[in-house]
Amino acid sequence: MSILTVTNLSLQFGGLKAVNDLSFSVERNSISSIIGPNGAGKTSVFNMITGFYRPTSGGIELDGTSLINKKPSHITTLGMARTFQNLRLFPNLSVLDNVKSGMHCRTKQAVFGALFRTKAQKEEERLIEEVANECIDFVGIRKFRMRAAKNLPYGQQRYLEIARALASKPKIILLDEPAAGLNFAEKQYLIELIRRIRDEYNITVLMIEHDMALIKQISEHITVIDYGEKIAEGTPTEVLNNERVIEAYLGKEEVV
Amino acid sequence: MIRKYKKQSLLLLTLIMFILPFFLNIYWLDVFTFVLFYVVLAQGLNIVVGYTGLLDLGYAAFFAVGAYTTAILMTTFQWSFWSTLPVAFLLAIISGIIIGTPTLRLRSDYLAIVTLGFGEIVRIVVTNLNITGSASGIYGIPRPSIGGYVISTQKDFYYLILIFAILSVLIVYRLGHSRIGRAWIYIREDEDAAEAMGINRIRLKLLSYASGAVIGSFAGSVFAVKMTAIAPLSFSFLQSVMILLAVVLGGLGSISGVVVGAALVIILPELLRGADDWRYLIFGVALVAMMVFRPQGIWPPQYETEDEDPNDETEDLDGSNTKAPEESPSL
Repeated sequence: MSILTVTNLSLQFGGLKAVNDLSFSVERNSISSIIGPNGAGKTSVFNMITGFYRPTSGGIELDGTSLINKKPSHITTLGMARTFQNLRLFPNLSVLDNVKSGMHCRTKQAVFGALFRTKAQKEEERLIEEVANECIDFVGIRKFRMRAAKNLPYGQQRYLEIARALASKPKIILLDEPAAGLNFAEKQYLIELIRRIRDEYNITVLMIEHDMALIKQISEHITVIDYGEKIAEGTPTEVLNNERVIEAYLGKEEVV
Repeated sequence: MIRKYKKQSLLLLTLIMFILPFFLNIYWLDVFTFVLFYVVLAQGLNIVVGYTGLLDLGYAAFFAVGAYTTAILMTTFQWSFWSTLPVAFLLAIISGIIIGTPTLRLRSDYLAIVTLGFGEIVRIVVTNLNITGSASGIYGIPRPSIGGYVISTQKDFYYLILIFAILSVLIVYRLGHSRIGRAWIYIREDEDAAEAMGINRIRLKLLSYASGAVIGSFAGSVFAVKMTAIAPLSFSFLQSVMILLAVVLGGLGSISGVVVGAALVIILPELLRGADDWRYLIFGVALVAMMVFRPQGIWPPQYETEDEDPNDETEDLDGSNTKAPEESPSL
């Protein structure tokens, strides 16, 4: 059964069709990927799914709920979390405070609770801290807990972004090029982390990635897009031997 | 040191502020009363500019809302001071939302221009309406009283505003260290990332404006009864700039910093009185130097601590974490 369904999705910037009539679905509890050459429209698809761009036409459904015309914050509340291609952390705040942001949509204390430090408010703060600590431990950055996000080594910043997304208790997590800029050891760690997200938390993973070795190791289902259109989908072996995919990445063999 | 003995230092400072009037002459008592007014105003603005990161150049408008609400209700309608406060509260929220709504999608410089315009609109409106006493303002505002005791001397007003200042510090501290305050800071740090984390930026920005407005408006209410007369001149653009200055000088988003900033903005020009015509020049140069050499403010907020976690048992699944540099790569 699919958790996320995208149907006939199109996005037009003026005369440019960034995404054209794209349909695909993501199986519940799967690790799926979207791949494609640079500028194929992958991030645009992510931005539409998470509510940052408004699609020109088409539908997006999360667990049967339409996400069209919903604000990004609302979509997160419905159970979708994301990371960004170029890290978007809260740079001056500690790792702990960064991760606490994920719990915002799962908690509800407002001005009254804050001013009078009610029992319910204290209870909730404890819960926020507990969940945040759990997520920090899960991605393995405990020793940086009190350090400002901007002072973390690059790889740890990537893990922090994942921890922050996990703290919002999503049903599905969208990772936009999670391995970008990581070294070999860090990539191996990331693969393990993504597997654990799915196996231990039962969270569906959908990612955009360029690293084919990584994709092959971890992805169960791949959707390939080029010029905003789907050109292939299937298991890694199927897709990576597909002629159109090879063509899109390497170009056509031309007879001179 | 100060961090370690935070509670004690705060108590000591509060105690000093309570006994201070017994050591001051009338002139310095008045100066310190104004410092306290600025503490309230700057804390209110600190929510908007310091926490949420929304540059507001028209904050004096909320000061005016409170002052005129109290002045009109007490003179024309003979209300008591205390019963005007809930009205000032409501009107502040409404005006906070009025300024907030059109600026929700604006950032930095555009936002500054709109808020500047709002501040000027409020000033011009009160200069021209009859009910606000036009350019000459409202005078003969009665003294407030508590249980028969009429608050009338300089010292009384010092204590009245001191209580408001303590309350404002407490309110801003508690809001800042809550789920709401963190959400404001997330918006300041990265608006889009905050939205992606499930934070409804529209609702929280409006709440920020409204909270800042309420605090500014209460300062206005006390100002009206202290001065017994108010005029549009007190709510000029310069006033907004001075309040903003206190916040920036002290350290955006830092409660202690903002208190220091408020004190400096009022006391420094007084200390420079000896320099006659030169005093605002010296003041200006001091500010420029300050911003060049310490742009983060005198007492910037601290979000990270150097203390490592005592029970640090980070599991390195593949050993890559241990190789990570201990010190920050670049600052």
